Amino acid sequence: MAYVAVSGGREAIEASIRLLDYYRSGTEKDVELEAIQEKLSLLVDRVMGEAGLYAKEYAALALKQCEGSVEEAVFLLRAYRSTLTRDYYTTVTDTKNMRVVRRISAAFKDIEGGQILGATYDYTHRLIHFDRREEDAAALAQAVQGELEAQTPEPVTPCPRVSDALKQEGLIDTYEPDDTQPWDVTEHMLEFPATRSARLQTMARSDTGYISGLAYSVLRCFGGVHPTVGELRTGYVELCVPYLFDEQQEICIGEVLMTEVENFIEADDKDQLKLAVGYGAVFGRNENKAIAMAVIDHELELGGEYPTQDEEFVLMHGDSLEMNGFISHLKLPHYVTFQSKLDAVRKTRGQKHE
Amino acid sequence: MNKEYNYAFLDEGSKREIRRCTLKAVAIPGYQVPFGSRELPIGRGWGTGGIQLTLSLIGPDDVLKVIDQGSDESVNAVNIKKFVGLCTDVPTTTKTGDATLIQTRHRIPEIPLRNDQILILQVPIPEPLRVVEPKEEVTKKMHAEKDYAPIWLQLYESLIKYGKVTISSEYPCMVEGRYIMNPSPIPKFDNPKLHQSECLYLFGAGREKKIYAIPPHTEVVSLAFDDVPFEKEHFEGKRCRLCGSTDTYLDEMFDSATGQRYYQCSDTSYCKEVRERGREVRTV
Repeated sequence: MAYVAVSGGREAIEASIRLLDYYRSGTEKDVELEAIQEKLSLLVDRVMGEAGLYAKEYAALALKQCEGSVEEAVFLLRAYRSTLTRDYYTTVTDTKNMRVVRRISAAFKDIEGGQILGATYDYTHRLIHFDRREEDAAALAQAVQGELEAQTPEPVTPCPRVSDALKQEGLIDTYEPDDTQPWDVTEHMLEFPATRSARLQTMARSDTGYISGLAYSVLRCFGGVHPTVGELRTGYVELCVPYLFDEQQEICIGEVLMTEVENFIEADDKDQLKLAVGYGAVFGRNENKAIAMAVIDHELELGGEYPTQDEEFVLMHGDSLEMNGFISHLKLPHYVTFQSKLDAVRKTRGQKHE
Repeated sequence: MNKEYNYAFLDEGSKREIRRCTLKAVAIPGYQVPFGSRELPIGRGWGTGGIQLTLSLIGPDDVLKVIDQGSDESVNAVNIKKFVGLCTDVPTTTKTGDATLIQTRHRIPEIPLRNDQILILQVPIPEPLRVVEPKEEVTKKMHAEKDYAPIWLQLYESLIKYGKVTISSEYPCMVEGRYIMNPSPIPKFDNPKLHQSECLYLFGAGREKKIYAIPPHTEVVSLAFDDVPFEKEHFEGKRCRLCGSTDTYLDEMFDSATGQRYYQCSDTSYCKEVRERGREVRTV
């Protein structure tokens, strides 16, 4: 007889967890944390971004623990985050002061501060390098490190935005800096209409695949128009917190690697045109997500009938934990509710309609 | 207890905030209080709203019972008990009468609960109006204006189309004549238990970030028309094959070997108690 009332749950769960070790063990070779952290950095970036927790080592550990599943790793980090007391909020970080490692513009060839192609897979041929099956990792690391050390570091100078010049020209609207406290979606339920801070935070934490798919729908004309990447910059920004004994001063607590995007889009300005801006920012080098986020940011600003222009639709369905949690809950027993549904269905069939 | 984590997992500030929201929910029966739902090590959509309520309330003197679909042994119930045990060391029980906190999914126990007990229900979709209006911004206004016409219309349409109100579980109720509330996916069979009860009912929706409550002695009326009364699930002529009860919510089972269909109490703890009582009577 099958699965009666799923009793013996405890033994079944324990056995199931033991069985996970079978899949996780695989081979006698270990995947070292350091290797995950340093060599699968784009994966680590993605996990940290969707988790909303910048902690490379923990992200690597989480990935190791769950056979490399992104959603499980995000889940582990998020749950861990819930146990931490939030002591400080960082002060506002100006990304003009970013230590840039990559900066490109699809709008202008020549931009103030210069374009830096940096590291990108964009122009690689996606051919599997079979010789990397047997790679001398130590030699590679040493060679790259040696090359790096032979160079003289350049001082970091604040880098203006591509949009600054267009703002001066009056083509892009300028706004007074808004220092209202951001609506922190990790502390409050998201309310609608959402503030822009809540909207951006939600998208920055949302599932990469989700936000990319939404943005793709916009490009395929389920949305506004084709945007231009005005600027994409990746680099390190310093994070500071207010100094406890003197709020006017701040202490820098470290730096994070992030990617920031500004998209330019033609927009109506009464009887003429102007340029609107869509903004995206994510942890690490997750470029496509940052671009996608900037696309959606503008669509939401625009509003309209397409799914991507509907704030509740976009913001309520992209959280990795929420979507995967609710989808996976379908596997739980629904005996009682299904019994109730059966009862309702049978009742309508057992009687004649009038 | 795992010493690497806080007592009851969440940090004290988070637990305090959840309790504050709970107090507000108790003060406004049936009103959904938004809260900053925290992520837990258990899947979102697997009862994290209920667990957050449990974690925010639980202390060393509590005795916890967790049921899923009426069963103490169901995988999810076991899993939740294991997690709470891991971070509190609070004893658990399967006996409804012995528990101070009872967390449940999709059922209310058959035994009436007492004033010193709290029943915590896990809620997937807290918004009773969601079935008629997908947008939170709109449903919030509808509640504020007590504009419940669309849900009444849905009931009416189902009546016209099928000759019956076909909502199965999650049957909406009016609380204290003010807010329409989703009782969570309990069967209609359990709805009357919410009315003028002795215990406090708390509802937690983790993914949707809402808490709501029915305090003791609250008017909870399942929506119905004057000439078409509210109807529960029927189990006429059926009885539990284990304890013989005819007044409980029954799970329908199917023996694949014999092709026979039979019924069994969904509340496994109640079923067991009835059987034990029967045994005592026999031995006396």
